[in-house]
Amino acid sequence: MFNEIGTVDQVGIEERVAKYTTRSIKKGAKLFGLKLAASMVDLTTLEGKDTPGKVASLCQKALSPSDDPEVPTVAAVCVYPSMVRHARRALGEDTPVRIASVATAFPSGQAPLRTRLAEVKAAVGDGADEIDMVINRGAFLAGEFQLVQDEVAAVVEACGEATLKVILEVSELETYDNIRAASFLAMRVLRPNDFIKTSTGKTTLNATLGNNQVMLEAIRDFYLDTGTPIAMKPAGGIRTAKQALQFLIAVKETLGDEWLNNTRYRFGASSLLNDLLRQIAKERTGAYQAPYYFSEAAESY
Amino acid sequence: MPTLTEKKRPAARAAGRPAPELIFGDLWEYDPAPETADPKLKARYDHFIGGRFTAPASGKYFDSINPANEAKLAELAHGSAADVDAAYAAARKAFDTTWGKMPGRERAKYIYRIARLLQDRAREFAVAETMDGGKAIKESRDFDVPMAAAHFFYHAGWADKLDYVAPGRKVAPLGVVGQVIPWNFPLLMLAWKLAPALAMGNTVVIKPAETTSITALKLAEIFQDAGLPPGVVNIVTGFGDTGAAIMTHPVAAKVAFTGSTEVGKIIMRSLAGTDKKMTLELGGKAANIVFDDAPIDQAVEGIVNGIFFNQGHVCCAGSRLLVHEPVAAEVLAKLKNRVKVLRIGDPLDKNTDIGAINSKEQLGTIERLVATGVKEGATMFQPACKLPGKGYYFRPTIFSGVSMSHRIAREEIFGPVLSVLTFRTLEEAVEKANNTAYGLSAGVWTDKGSRILKMSTELKAGVVWANTYNKFDPASPFGGYKESGFGREGGRQGLLDYCKLA
Repeated sequence: MFNEIGTVDQVGIEERVAKYTTRSIKKGAKLFGLKLAASMVDLTTLEGKDTPGKVASLCQKALSPSDDPEVPTVAAVCVYPSMVRHARRALGEDTPVRIASVATAFPSGQAPLRTRLAEVKAAVGDGADEIDMVINRGAFLAGEFQLVQDEVAAVVEACGEATLKVILEVSELETYDNIRAASFLAMRVLRPNDFIKTSTGKTTLNATLGNNQVMLEAIRDFYLDTGTPIAMKPAGGIRTAKQALQFLIAVKETLGDEWLNNTRYRFGASSLLNDLLRQIAKERTGAYQAPYYFSEAAESY
Repeated sequence: MPTLTEKKRPAARAAGRPAPELIFGDLWEYDPAPETADPKLKARYDHFIGGRFTAPASGKYFDSINPANEAKLAELAHGSAADVDAAYAAARKAFDTTWGKMPGRERAKYIYRIARLLQDRAREFAVAETMDGGKAIKESRDFDVPMAAAHFFYHAGWADKLDYVAPGRKVAPLGVVGQVIPWNFPLLMLAWKLAPALAMGNTVVIKPAETTSITALKLAEIFQDAGLPPGVVNIVTGFGDTGAAIMTHPVAAKVAFTGSTEVGKIIMRSLAGTDKKMTLELGGKAANIVFDDAPIDQAVEGIVNGIFFNQGHVCCAGSRLLVHEPVAAEVLAKLKNRVKVLRIGDPLDKNTDIGAINSKEQLGTIERLVATGVKEGATMFQPACKLPGKGYYFRPTIFSGVSMSHRIAREEIFGPVLSVLTFRTLEEAVEKANNTAYGLSAGVWTDKGSRILKMSTELKAGVVWANTYNKFDPASPFGGYKESGFGREGGRQGLLDYCKLA
């Protein structure tokens, strides 16, 4: 497996991504990047204390992030399976905002496959457009790659029409080599425009430019080899507009223009959205607005 | 059910469908982001002799051009033999009366002060360096200026510890040292040459290159601010004749030159029969060797950094890429995709990756050698990027299908031009890498540690980088084998070239 897909040098890739942070994005390019990032947000609430009311307010924020009509709606809301029907009720059937649901015993994945698949089917049945699954990290670290891949393939089947996002939980895979290998394991059974995703947001280290880059390069190599485009979602830890722009620069310079849209790239985040809005307002007015000008609806990871 | 061993090959794609390609277009174009710090240039720069800016004896000046837009930046004094005499007299006096007698711990204070003042004015110096030489601002800002300061800091640290440079021996300064430096890293080369000489207690007469003298004279302002005793560093600007006068001057106890092998040979001939010490750091045609088990994406990054850093105006540039045949196609394809996203243009723009070629003459040399490569049958690839209308620019260029007999594989091009060769076995890689008159540097890319160690002993090169390229540190000696020169710069070894051992 590792010989076939090649290795990743940690020092080298971290030097590469450090260069993204020295890009200087100004004026029109900045505004374009900020709006693009806003359109890519999967507005997320994944807490034990979530209620239908919290989810409804999240959905409203997703539909109208700000008073500025130029700001697009976000890509999706991301909730637990039990909240999918509440989200559907809040958003309605005819809506540009998609409903994503974490499933497969998120975040640990430690439930029998039968149970995990049933959860996926239930979420899709309740109206989820997208499913965010977690891979079996225990099996991966034990070297049971085939088992990991078979489980992903089973979830693909259970999804039916719904888009699948495969969470690798990079902090538990630990090495860049493992992240690259897990990306390939997943991509080989995914459909075009299904996602691979960095993390659950429930561990200490989430999306970084480094593991984002490893996954983008895996997507690039897989696409050039097979023609199947896989989408990407970094999640957790992206809180500022500046970070989001750096991730987008990585996309632009690694995968090119065809990944600069919310079908192919997403941000799993919640507090990011208001920072984007604040920066957009600053670009328009030339001054930073007070935080209370931006409605709070989603303080989660 | 797909399995792990079943790798979908390109052939598995539906017949007739075009091969997938990445589109690096203009969907999200970066707006101009020019660095706006004031470089504080003067309209005219004189020589710096005996601690004062001194008009040239001949009264003649020449123009310094910004290669990015061909605009005149400043006038520089045209040095003559009389100016060089005056500089040596000042240096001799400083050596005899102040600097040569000063305890090392006192000298250290001055050198530290120079380093700190340079850091204080880092942004200003970076802009001046970019305008003068054409290199991208992100390089002068993140590499040249900080590294120049680092050399002063490092050698300041040595100045009071010289008893430990050569254990069991006593060291003494040589006297007056004559130095001539090239145009590719004007400020860094200056620091690189001055710092060890000063730390050891020598005084210096130095000539920067005629196209890039401005930051040297700006540094002279810092010498004044630092209160450096008059005559410790003397800067004479001018052309080759000025350089020759410095190299052959009878007062010089040692000369140091960085530049082309051709000029190095002339200098060496002219010094035959004298007792002058000498160090030379000359050209290179480094091999960057990629094995099939290398981390390919990071190797590609290293290849790009190796040859396109500073527009390829680097004596240790990895200008010959040797790729293991099993991965040759993959490396070349990835390299082309990577080069497509390099940004060429205004060096002052913070997003520019490749700036302007240093001079019209150098651009001509590059164009001539590239034309030779095409004529000799190598396959050329250049990305389709727009170049500014005015100024000296050259697209990053990759030649594939190159063999050891091609001129582009043998001659130093000193521009953003890479020649790609392949090899089958480790022995073949070593043989090809060493099949050159030069021996300054080499790179090895492999996951296998034992192979790195074997290569590093077999490659005849002063530096061998493993899984990285173009890494510099003041503590690490740098220098060449064969026609890449002799003597080392940096580290303890570099200091030894500036002292007498007793």
